[in-house]
Amino acid sequence: MQRRVFVKSGALALVTMGLSPRFLRRTAFGMELPAARKGKVLVCLFQRGAADGLNVVVPHGEQAYYAMRPNIAVPRPSASAPLSAIDLDGFFGLHPSLAPFKPLYDRKLLGIIHAVGSPSTTRSHFDAQDYMESGTPDDKATTDGWLNRYLAVHGTCDECKLQGAATGAGSPDRGSAFRAVAFAPQTPRILEGPSPTVAMNSLDEFSVRATGTQAERLEALYRTGSADIVHATGTETFDAVRMLRSANPQQYQPANNATYPRSQFGQRLKQIAQLIKADVGLEIAFADVGGWDTHVNQGGATGQLAQRLDDFAQSIGALVTDIGDRIGDVTILSMSEFGRMVKENGNGGTDHGHAGAMFVIGGDVHGGKVHGHWPGLQPEQLYEGRDLALTTDFRAVFSEVTARHLGARRLDAIFPGYTQGPPLGLMG
Amino acid sequence: MPTPFPRGRSAMVTVRVLLFPVVGGLTMMGCAAHVSRSQSTMSPLPPTSDAGRELTADQQVLQVINRLTFGARPGEAAQVRAMGVDRWIGRQLNPESIDDRDANAFVARFPTYAASIGQLQSDYPPPAKVLLARRAAAGANNGPVTGEDSMATRVARRAANRVVLDLQTIRVARAEISQRQLQEVMTDFWLNHFTVYDRKGAQMRYYLPDFDRDVIRPHALGKFRDLLEAVAKSPAMLFYLDNWESAADSTEPTMAPRPGQRTFARAPQGDGALTPPRRRRELGLNENYGRELLELHTLGVDGGYTQQDVINVARALTGWSIARPQEGSGFRFRPQFHDAGPKVVLGHALPAGRGIEDGEDVLDIVARHPSTARYIARKLCQRFAGDAPPQELVDRAAATFTRTDGDIRQVVWTIVTSPEFYARSAYRSKVKSPFEVVVSALRAVDAAPDTTPRTAQIIARMGEPIFGHQAPNGYPETGESWMNTGAILNRINFGLAVAAQRIPGASLDRWPDTRALMTAPRAAQVDGVVASILGGDASPDTRAILLSGEDPLLAAAGPTGDEATDAAAAGTRGTSRPSPDTTSGTRSASRPASIDGAMAGSAMSADGMEADDMVGTNGGQAAGRGGFGRLPSLQGLAQVVGLALGAPEFQRR
Repeated sequence: MQRRVFVKSGALALVTMGLSPRFLRRTAFGMELPAARKGKVLVCLFQRGAADGLNVVVPHGEQAYYAMRPNIAVPRPSASAPLSAIDLDGFFGLHPSLAPFKPLYDRKLLGIIHAVGSPSTTRSHFDAQDYMESGTPDDKATTDGWLNRYLAVHGTCDECKLQGAATGAGSPDRGSAFRAVAFAPQTPRILEGPSPTVAMNSLDEFSVRATGTQAERLEALYRTGSADIVHATGTETFDAVRMLRSANPQQYQPANNATYPRSQFGQRLKQIAQLIKADVGLEIAFADVGGWDTHVNQGGATGQLAQRLDDFAQSIGALVTDIGDRIGDVTILSMSEFGRMVKENGNGGTDHGHAGAMFVIGGDVHGGKVHGHWPGLQPEQLYEGRDLALTTDFRAVFSEVTARHLGARRLDAIFPGYTQGPPLGLMG
Repeated sequence: MPTPFPRGRSAMVTVRVLLFPVVGGLTMMGCAAHVSRSQSTMSPLPPTSDAGRELTADQQVLQVINRLTFGARPGEAAQVRAMGVDRWIGRQLNPESIDDRDANAFVARFPTYAASIGQLQSDYPPPAKVLLARRAAAGANNGPVTGEDSMATRVARRAANRVVLDLQTIRVARAEISQRQLQEVMTDFWLNHFTVYDRKGAQMRYYLPDFDRDVIRPHALGKFRDLLEAVAKSPAMLFYLDNWESAADSTEPTMAPRPGQRTFARAPQGDGALTPPRRRRELGLNENYGRELLELHTLGVDGGYTQQDVINVARALTGWSIARPQEGSGFRFRPQFHDAGPKVVLGHALPAGRGIEDGEDVLDIVARHPSTARYIARKLCQRFAGDAPPQELVDRAAATFTRTDGDIRQVVWTIVTSPEFYARSAYRSKVKSPFEVVVSALRAVDAAPDTTPRTAQIIARMGEPIFGHQAPNGYPETGESWMNTGAILNRINFGLAVAAQRIPGASLDRWPDTRALMTAPRAAQVDGVVASILGGDASPDTRAILLSGEDPLLAAAGPTGDEATDAAAAGTRGTSRPSPDTTSGTRSASRPASIDGAMAGSAMSADGMEADDMVGTNGGQAAGRGGFGRLPSLQGLAQVVGLALGAPEFQRR
């Protein structure tokens, strides 16, 4: 009873206390949300801990693979054994837990690059992740991440600020508050830098934790008063909250019977799909997933690594199913800081290695193919006598994806110091 | 109801025109604390003048509190004003003279903070090492990991995590309750200037308490040269920037023959104990620390050095390394890795055939380089005076740096007694960092310090994890860099959570004004909250919005006993009303844990192996849960407090 009175009078007070006309126009009379545009989206997925590329995309045509991994190799493809590699091209096969990827490969949506990674010799997780995210191997002085540099140079951020001022945040082009979203507790290194990005654990977090007039008053605090950066950012924030609310994330139902794993990774990919489908101006999405540092007891066709891959493939498979035709606008790119030693260790696991494998999925991808150059696994073909050698620099992949999928032109600014080679043919 | 700063009052208080021997002044004030020996040798602070200060006396007090502390506690402004700003600053610049028993008692609760690096390594071994040792003992290298193995690993992980979590807890609590506020601000400044990252590798955690306790704090207001050397010899920095494994290239002579020349079998502390003995690998020159020493720690990126200087600085510092764990993991100079060839650094020749003196000479050279004076002065001006400090001020601060041979205390004094510091354009010109927002809010409501890492995790969620900045440049000193959409939401929601008493230690019951304001009319509540939380200074718009929650019908009737009870109930939801002297620790520990899961979202891990390392037990369960949970609808005084903490004015200092 009292509360009803309170709410009414609170709203009345807002209207009668002489707030600026701009504020009234935008709240009391309803704010017009900018028309969203369906744009290209890049989803970057980081497998932290160094995924074992050789057991993920299995070179079942290599006798040396089976010789060096007597306990943990994934068996050669066999129609009679479900727990064997899923053949792709007679030489490579997918780990059986990656079964959801096979139809994507057959539909030519999934491309694979093998023997890819960082040219740096480091076997430190920290350094290698740092390099893959800064985009400048062996240069620790880089303070921003390559995705942030992309955001900064593509369509230039000054331009977006101008647009933001004229049309409000959430303008369809470069000004969306949701242009770059990381589902992570903090902004990951790959997105660090001057361009605005949002990091959150879940879409749920992106709201004001207050009800009714309290929320309105908080909004009014930022919509009135001086035109400094705090007020301006606050205004953008409330616009963004409104925009997200209109997309109604709480009521989300995945389409096409897509079923996401209940894991954190699965739930994050589900929210990325929500953002893609809500047309809120998402251009870059990021999520990471751990558990790949399999020094002990990693297993073969089943076991620890297989479980990680189950979650990984089912989550990505669900996202592709869920977004349906939008896969034409979306590219999913997976990465991991380095691969693992060819020879298994004394603990049924593998130690830190060099090159690994990446997945690229989407309508713009030249799929149905394992790209790159296979260096072989004979002793003399190995890097430092122990690891899969590197034949493709990760920057070649990142460059091609950002250029061909997102239309980035300033690759020299995104990957400073890197000399672009001939195209990999990875993007269609 | 105290309203210490009625608005619009003109500056009629004469600030002490001359401030002379600060030490004498302290004795006069009857501070009981011991006077350290170093203090007696401290050069006296030069006299000041308040000529040219544009801010009113009240605004000067606010400016000083905003910039030299982590925000006003109730009654603090009145104390500063009574003492006079310059005298108060002089006292803060001599932190040893300030009794800090509450903060010291808090710190003493954490054995991990007092322990040596070696002790920590043996008491809290890395979980991976525990697992490997168990399997080796059981002769089960190839068998499956048993449930007992997993349990033992989990227990070990939790224990090892404590080392960093305790340290983060202490950082927040000290900022909140220490009487030596400027010492805390400067510790924060230098820990960020000389940033290190807690997940660089499995052993980094063992180096961090030492870094905070013995490297940064003792020198935070001392001589820059001493601070620089303490950092250069700290295991934390040696490890973070790789200098511990930097060695002379094979073409250079070394101080001693290397066993198995050019290679060694195992890093002193291996990165991640699960890695079996590393392949023998080539050791060589690592320029990482040498470069950052010049670019980030001293001269600055435009400080006038060349790539050859970087190489030669790195060569001079070869052999500066870390002792093995069984030797205590302290600083260790390794002559067999030191490049004993001749070098030229920034125009100074370092002769051949020397050892650790090479590195010490380099520290002398860079600490006294004019670019360093400018670079450090500018950064301090940014912290204290504003994001874009006037060049004249930077020049004067740099001149003080040079004249006093890098006496940090004197440089700070130059800055915070300058007319530029008290210019109108400097007033509330800085945007608070997340750390500053959280701590200043807790100070404003006189919260008890959190004995758990939860408050530190909130700060991390807001974008400033303590010891969690990956790159060597540290967090930005420019406040405006902290402004983005996610940040505003986090700040607003944090303010609401404080007002709803969902933050450990924050209870409006502790707030001296609560009793008086609880039943007061809205206008009086707003005045009180503006005075206490917004320094008495809110824009007319903000004041109007704060006032707008008033229910005209209720206001007309005046507060009745029932309503007062309602308001109190809303304000203290979920807790019994404790007496003011209830010990903070037990209360905060038993708070409703609504923020727990959400704050503990599994950390972005630098090493997949440690994916749930940072936050202990709750990692991974937070997906889908909101940052601050669902907050109760706030009423009465709590509502005004929530609005004030979420207001734009509170985001600035």
